[in-house]
Amino acid sequence: MRRGMVTTALVAGLAMAATACGGGGGGGDQQSGGELSGTVTFWDTSNDAEKATYKKLAEDFEKEHPKVDVKYVSVPFGDANAKFKNAAGGGAGAPDVMRTEVAWVADFANLGYLAPLDDTPALDNPGDYLPQALGSTRFKDKTYAVPQVTDTLGLFYNKRLLKEAGVEVPKTFAELSAAAKKIKDKTGATALYLRGDDPYWFLPYLYGEGGNMVDARDKIVEIDDDAGVKAFKAIKDLVDSKAAVTDATDGQENQLKALKDGSVAMAVSGPWDIEGVRAGKEFKDKKNLGVAPVPGGSASQGSPQGGWNLSVYAGSKNLQASYAFVKYMSSAKVQQQTTEKLSLLPTRKSVYELPSVKNNEMVGFFKPAVDKAVQRPWIAEGNSLFEPIKVQMNKVLTGAATPEQAAKAVGDSYRKILKDYK
Amino acid sequence: MSRARRKAAASAGAPGRVRKALATHWYAWTMVAPVVLVIGVIIGYPLVRGLYLSLTDANEANVERNIGMNHIPATYRFTGLDNYTEILGDGVFWSRLGWTVVWTVACVGLTFAIGLTLANLLNRKLRGRTFYRLALILPWAIPAFVSVFTWRLLYNEKNGLLNKLLAGGGIDAVPWLNDPTWAKLSVIAVNVWLGVPFMLVALLGGLQSIPGELYEAAEMDGAGAWQRFRNITLPSLRGVSSTVILLSTIWTFNMFPVIYLLTRGGPGDATEILVTYAYRLSFVDSPRDFSGSAAWGVLILLLLSMIAVVYRRSLRKQGEVW
Repeated sequence: MRRGMVTTALVAGLAMAATACGGGGGGGDQQSGGELSGTVTFWDTSNDAEKATYKKLAEDFEKEHPKVDVKYVSVPFGDANAKFKNAAGGGAGAPDVMRTEVAWVADFANLGYLAPLDDTPALDNPGDYLPQALGSTRFKDKTYAVPQVTDTLGLFYNKRLLKEAGVEVPKTFAELSAAAKKIKDKTGATALYLRGDDPYWFLPYLYGEGGNMVDARDKIVEIDDDAGVKAFKAIKDLVDSKAAVTDATDGQENQLKALKDGSVAMAVSGPWDIEGVRAGKEFKDKKNLGVAPVPGGSASQGSPQGGWNLSVYAGSKNLQASYAFVKYMSSAKVQQQTTEKLSLLPTRKSVYELPSVKNNEMVGFFKPAVDKAVQRPWIAEGNSLFEPIKVQMNKVLTGAATPEQAAKAVGDSYRKILKDYK
Repeated sequence: MSRARRKAAASAGAPGRVRKALATHWYAWTMVAPVVLVIGVIIGYPLVRGLYLSLTDANEANVERNIGMNHIPATYRFTGLDNYTEILGDGVFWSRLGWTVVWTVACVGLTFAIGLTLANLLNRKLRGRTFYRLALILPWAIPAFVSVFTWRLLYNEKNGLLNKLLAGGGIDAVPWLNDPTWAKLSVIAVNVWLGVPFMLVALLGGLQSIPGELYEAAEMDGAGAWQRFRNITLPSLRGVSSTVILLSTIWTFNMFPVIYLLTRGGPGDATEILVTYAYRLSFVDSPRDFSGSAAWGVLILLLLSMIAVVYRRSLRKQGEVW
């Protein structure tokens, strides 16, 4: 045992020394001639169905700048935040450019990890970006990222199953609940897959009851008021009445599989799952997949604005090449390609004018939804607001807490995270 | 001897002793020095630093950093025992401690019982013994995270193998990881599965060191199998078993990967033990709370040291020299 420990210690020591030395690499930058050179490490967080396209696009940059070496690294979305923080805070191993979730930008910028992009080549023609998409890139009057794709949640539905059951696409969760028995009796499928493992999926229920997580302008925690309680009650009712099935783990895979196999008729998801869903046996005929706005609650209808931005690490050894890479990856040309291949939504107004984008059925649905999507509070703690919801929605769904207890518990933890909020 | 002279003698004696020790053991000291140095740097420094941080309000946003063009100065303050009073005054710590104790006792108890049974079975002369031994030790050879992910696939309520098997037998799907009680049983089962090989190997070694004559003599005296087990096997194994139980208690108490990878502490916080809760507090929220996480770490270290001391003392009372 003891000998094992010493060996481990030695190995760890050597490893630490090695990484400390390794941090300095990279080298190169804009040469006197003005040609870009050096290495740009790019962390991509796109999912399995998307990453091949992104890898190819990233590497195409080398054709325009032959002296720049793009190192493409695929990082699973779930690990990316922690991994970047470890690397950036530790001062070694952070990528030059990262595909950053909209809620992470303010957080990373607040900690000093991101390079401001105002007046750099990275922020190319900012007037062309959709204003909602640009909202998440700004923190304390500076721009820290460039929007790459935007998204929001929608209701994916299996047209065949709904038709067989003879029900309309539901506009509210109450309608969905009412149609559930018909769907079950006529087709055997459950009406909805409810993501009980991911707090992001709680937001349509919260917005639907007229609630919100926090009011960032007046610094008030809002989730524990009546609307919050009703939202927890709404998810509980859907599951209890068997209108929906749920899981506390592996929701992404289970939801995708259930929808693909036709064991559920509907699921709430975003553009990132379009390619994945279409790979399933129920959707061999691509026309069988329908997408509608997320159903509303008792008060209104709303789904969160999401999406991905490109950010540059402040400690990058290769800022000029990184700026150029960001400019390229968010250019109209690249955005057009991601829409054609993956049906992802562009962030540039001009791209929506292109015929191939205009005629894309998924863009046709999601664009108006994105225009109306609810902007989340772009505060440094924005991403931290999800974990308490996750714990409590799990508890509500398994019967370990009542909706009232859950809403109160989330509110209490928010006041711990946001010390100056009421 | 006057006081002054005694003092002088004492001060003269001290360097003498050191020099003498160095002279006799200089070789050993030189050989050990690099190790001591490395351990000091890798374990000692972080420990002291952690203790210091736990007395401040340091977090990711207020410690000093230089990142390219951005310089962030250190602005954290010394806050004394504030972190500790906050943690100990919060119900969360105590409820998690309760489950951690249940989890540890259940896991260690089950792994020990199963390990001992299997070791006894394998200690007999039977055909293909090597094969059985290899098969039983195999789980140990697989990296823990691979095992845990495999189990997670098996446990999947809708698409997992376990529920498919149950469905074949006409039994309803079990919400393995989606119900607080089932989730607790599930994480314990996985940890037992991972822990048994270690127990098995250690106890098998212990069993093989018991002289066969003892059993022969007992048999001559007419002792039955159970009597032989109770009066020969168990007492002879005490040295080995007390060590493995203590080790396994410490490991299980801090068994982060099983819980984190299987349930992430869920559903809700049903399977959250102290270490995974500390992780959630310090790494999921932003900015990362370095001081709070250090305080949790210190508390966990204190708890484990206490367990070890109490356990050792109780063994010594039973006449065990350890």
